[in-house]
Amino acid sequence: MPTDIYLNVAVSGVLTGLVYGLMALGLSVIFGVVRVVNFAHGEMTTVAMYLAVVLFATMGLDPLLMMVPIAGVLFVFGYVLQRWLINRFISRPEHSQFILLVAIAIIMTNVLLIVFGPDARSVQTSYAFDSFMFGPLIVDATKAFAAAAAIAFAAALFAFFRFTRLGIAMRACADNYTGAQVIGLNVPRLYALTFGLGAACVGVAGAMLALITDVTPPLGPSFTLLAFVIVIVGGLGSMPGALAGGILIGVIAALAGLFYTPSAKGMFVFAILVVVLLFRPQGIFGRRA
Amino acid sequence: MIGRLTNDVPRRAAMALFLLFLVLLLAPWFANDYLLTVLILIFYFAYTGQAWNIMMGFAGQLSLGHAIYIGLGGYTAAVLFGYFGISPWVGSLVAILFAISCGAVIGFLAFRFRVAGVYFAILTIAFAEFARIGFDHFTYVGGSAGFFLPVSNYAQSDLWTLRGKPIMFYYLSLGMTVGAVILCHIMLRSRIGYFWQAIREDEEAARAVGIDTFRYKLLAVIISAAMTSLAGVFFAFYYNNLFPEEVFSINRSIELILAPFIGGIGTLFGPILGAFMLTGLAETLTTTLAAFGIDVPGAKQIFYGICLLLVITVLPEGVWPWLYRRLHMAEPHE
Repeated sequence: MPTDIYLNVAVSGVLTGLVYGLMALGLSVIFGVVRVVNFAHGEMTTVAMYLAVVLFATMGLDPLLMMVPIAGVLFVFGYVLQRWLINRFISRPEHSQFILLVAIAIIMTNVLLIVFGPDARSVQTSYAFDSFMFGPLIVDATKAFAAAAAIAFAAALFAFFRFTRLGIAMRACADNYTGAQVIGLNVPRLYALTFGLGAACVGVAGAMLALITDVTPPLGPSFTLLAFVIVIVGGLGSMPGALAGGILIGVIAALAGLFYTPSAKGMFVFAILVVVLLFRPQGIFGRRA
Repeated sequence: MIGRLTNDVPRRAAMALFLLFLVLLLAPWFANDYLLTVLILIFYFAYTGQAWNIMMGFAGQLSLGHAIYIGLGGYTAAVLFGYFGISPWVGSLVAILFAISCGAVIGFLAFRFRVAGVYFAILTIAFAEFARIGFDHFTYVGGSAGFFLPVSNYAQSDLWTLRGKPIMFYYLSLGMTVGAVILCHIMLRSRIGYFWQAIREDEEAARAVGIDTFRYKLLAVIISAAMTSLAGVFFAFYYNNLFPEEVFSINRSIELILAPFIGGIGTLFGPILGAFMLTGLAETLTTTLAAFGIDVPGAKQIFYGICLLLVITVLPEGVWPWLYRRLHMAEPHE
């Protein structure tokens, strides 16, 4: 019996971890190409979650279907943000970029606070309590759908960067900024598109997270931190690393909650971050810069 | 001593500074209680900004987890007083000891393993978050339910136990801020200050000319941590309550770097000017809104965000260096 519990909790951790992994993938894509660390990542996630909550509450639209339009909205938001604001900071020192995004994050959190208030919101679908049985394994249907959506979107993104001209051009900007300019690539536009794609990841992940957990405005910073931890553990700039990091962190957090106490699982997550930063700073899948 | 402090400050600036100090010294005689609490808040941010500035502004190490030192300092002194009746002045020494040890561990690990830039910043956040969750489960000091200091209506202020009226905290915060400015001025003008600035500008070059960068970066963290922990002690005895979710939160770490960023990091008066501008304007905004009967909980933070956005876009070096140039004075530390 106990083994079943551990297995179930671990599987639940994997599924949740995949959704977090997709969110972190957005951070990784943005950093990998634009070389800007998006400190407003978690705040963008909460915005996506609120979009899903509002669409469901007002029109009864299921987040599973709405993830595409929400990703679209976030894409436009990311594109505009990069094009009109962040792009001016590309050659500025790191701390300058950081403070810019912190300012944006502060504004976003508090606008959400004013609009939606401090109470937790959630999406209650008709299938919220459904589950699949695989022998001794009981899999929560919502989490399974969310994880499947995360995998699908991540796969589409891999394919995009691998096989389309646009995706390859973006990777060219990442590999050699000057070279990309020399051969006539429109780097600011590609940067904006990349930021938009990273934000679209957040859109999908946020819509899925609205199914899994409650949302409150101050959640933003903790999502940002979580995304950082995942990306650093997986390797900053590595796309498979982000997903693998998400799964790892998801499982560890779930098991820590089971073995110790759920409220302390954050401690284990940060302990892993410290260990990885010290002994393998390039992450599990990353290459040393 | 005084000569060494003032010989490189232009006479006009020295006069202005002296006048400002005089006004602040006499402020309790013409300021009401509300204005006094705003000024206390300003000095709190000026002081913590100054302490953080040592690491980021002088030595170029971005810490986003300074709340850990606030929390450690606050909890140490508060628990020693609350449980054992030990004076906060003695408690401060213990708090400094804890903060120094914590800063030394973070600094040692980070610099020994070459964790730098963004990674270093995230490492500092991770330690602060670790402490936050840890104190949430630390039942001896109240856990997430918080730790409270005994409060009553004081007829007189007792400086030894820091129990008393706002005016005592006003002078205490003013004294701490002035002390921090003098200390930073002396450090900037001494060997250690030049080493820090060399490391900030180009760490490789600094190492090449023989500066023990590991040692001096570690010193910056330790001094900054020790100073910040005193702000934590002040915080605990001024507000009389401590909640892990509050004192260790990332918001607190962010809050205390706003003043130096807006005023100008790496400058001596930037954090002070930033604290005056930010807190002064934010309080004015809150009061004005309240006068119209509007109470919006996030308005002040949005205002902070917009200020930060404007300053970082228009005056990336901060307001103080710009003001200095406008007043045709040469910034002594740039």
